[in-house]
Amino acid sequence: MAMTVELPALERTEATTPETKASSARLRRYAGPALGLLLPVGLALAWEIAVWAGLSNGRLVPPPTKIFATMVELAKSGELSRHIIATLSRVASGFVIGVVAGTLFGAISGYWGLARRLLDPTVQALRAIPSIAWVPLFILWLGIFETSKVALIAVGVFFPVYLGVMGAISSVDRKIVEVGRTFRLSGPAMIRRILLPAVLPAYVVALRVGLGLGWMFVVAAEFMGASEGLGYLLIDGQQLGKPAQIVAAIVIFAILGKTTDWLIEIATAPLLRWQDAFGGRSGAA
Amino acid sequence: MLALDRVGKTYPNGVHALERFSASIKLGEIVAIIGGSGCGKSTLLRAIAGLDRATTGTVTLDDIAITAPHAKIGIIFQEPRLLPWLSVADNIGFGLSELSAAARREKVARALDRVGLADKANAWPRELSGGQAQRVAIARALVPQPEVLLLDEPFSALDAFTRRDLQDHLLDLWNDTRPTLMLVTHDVDEAVVLADRVLVMRPRPGRLFEEIKINLARPRDRNSPHFDNFKRRVLTALDRSLDRNVPDADAKSTTGEAMWW
Repeated sequence: MAMTVELPALERTEATTPETKASSARLRRYAGPALGLLLPVGLALAWEIAVWAGLSNGRLVPPPTKIFATMVELAKSGELSRHIIATLSRVASGFVIGVVAGTLFGAISGYWGLARRLLDPTVQALRAIPSIAWVPLFILWLGIFETSKVALIAVGVFFPVYLGVMGAISSVDRKIVEVGRTFRLSGPAMIRRILLPAVLPAYVVALRVGLGLGWMFVVAAEFMGASEGLGYLLIDGQQLGKPAQIVAAIVIFAILGKTTDWLIEIATAPLLRWQDAFGGRSGAA
Repeated sequence: MLALDRVGKTYPNGVHALERFSASIKLGEIVAIIGGSGCGKSTLLRAIAGLDRATTGTVTLDDIAITAPHAKIGIIFQEPRLLPWLSVADNIGFGLSELSAAARREKVARALDRVGLADKANAWPRELSGGQAQRVAIARALVPQPEVLLLDEPFSALDAFTRRDLQDHLLDLWNDTRPTLMLVTHDVDEAVVLADRVLVMRPRPGRLFEEIKINLARPRDRNSPHFDNFKRRVLTALDRSLDRNVPDADAKSTTGEAMWW
């Protein structure tokens, strides 16, 4: 009985041609991202229809077409690229400074117990301060222009990177370190050949968290008197009552944040192929 | 020659793990160290490897005092401890960094061939079975051609078939360059099949209890009466080392205790 039930199913799988198999594989590959787009695109469409049908006037929450038109308008005048470049360069310089400092201090604290006892309590106390609280001080110290903005972003990036690196280095498996010792690795060789590769997965996570905070802090930085940048577009849109411009800036923030995060993921994926972790192979988008 | 002179170790927490352990081991000799848990076997091996320092006594190899890991001494642990971010071939070549890339590649290729994993050269460690991973660990330790190879319960995590297989394989590899092997184990079978000499240790604090020479030609037949005889002698010594009362050693059945924990 069981045989007769199973046989037709078997035949059917064998009957599928290579082409249908390949196309179904392609379908599966694109199905994931498409599924992710379903909700935002559906909501946008629903809102567009609601405004079009007159269910809402769309003045405070502009419909997608209006947001898109605002973006096109800004892009045509060259304003948009100017603002994006200003914001991107602030995030980039703040991110680089924060990552370098965080990696350095994190590595020292993680590797050297005395440094951890000496340094870590102070860093943790500083971390407890809401970073926005630094704004007045930074403006007094570094002026209203670029330096204070980059400094604020760097502070935001520093802490997650510092914590990630310190935690990762101090928790590297002693057994793996012993392998390095039996092959008589010098200090620098131990760091290069054992510790760095071992902490790499955690480091990538720390970089991505740091970048996320960098994007958060660039808005705070640009709220404090900027003449260009996406944060300026937000303030400008609020003061002149242009909700479409605000939403357009928010959407661009989302696109830029997701893209830069994805770039880190793409750039580091080849270095992490060795991982044997739950979701290590299927989790990469 | 590897000379251990009254080696003792007391850990900072006050545990007296090892006391006045002396032995001298000739080049090319295979010595098995066996004993109950807490008899300081691993402590002794780590002191010889230079991973820990003995609190008293000295370890010398060819008149050089060993206080830190030494190029002539290799070690294989209970776990393979492969570096997960390196391919199998790169793991084997890990200790050959001072060689040119071409020389390293050649040595690694020969070692891979020798342990029967030539087709796994570019695999990641996560793709290996337990036995394969331990083979890679053996190749990694042997490829720099150490004079002394220390093995800390190297096969205890493997199933019985793989274990036997790897024991024979280890002997075969040993025959290439004939280094000194010093093996910590709690498997009587393993000690008798591999060793020229079995050192039985006694716990709390760990010290040498008895030495049994295994005068059996290699390859050894695990089913021969001579083999059984040596196994029984080692088992009896182990029982006595733990102060167990064994009135008649010869009447004892050994079948149930081939794996002695």
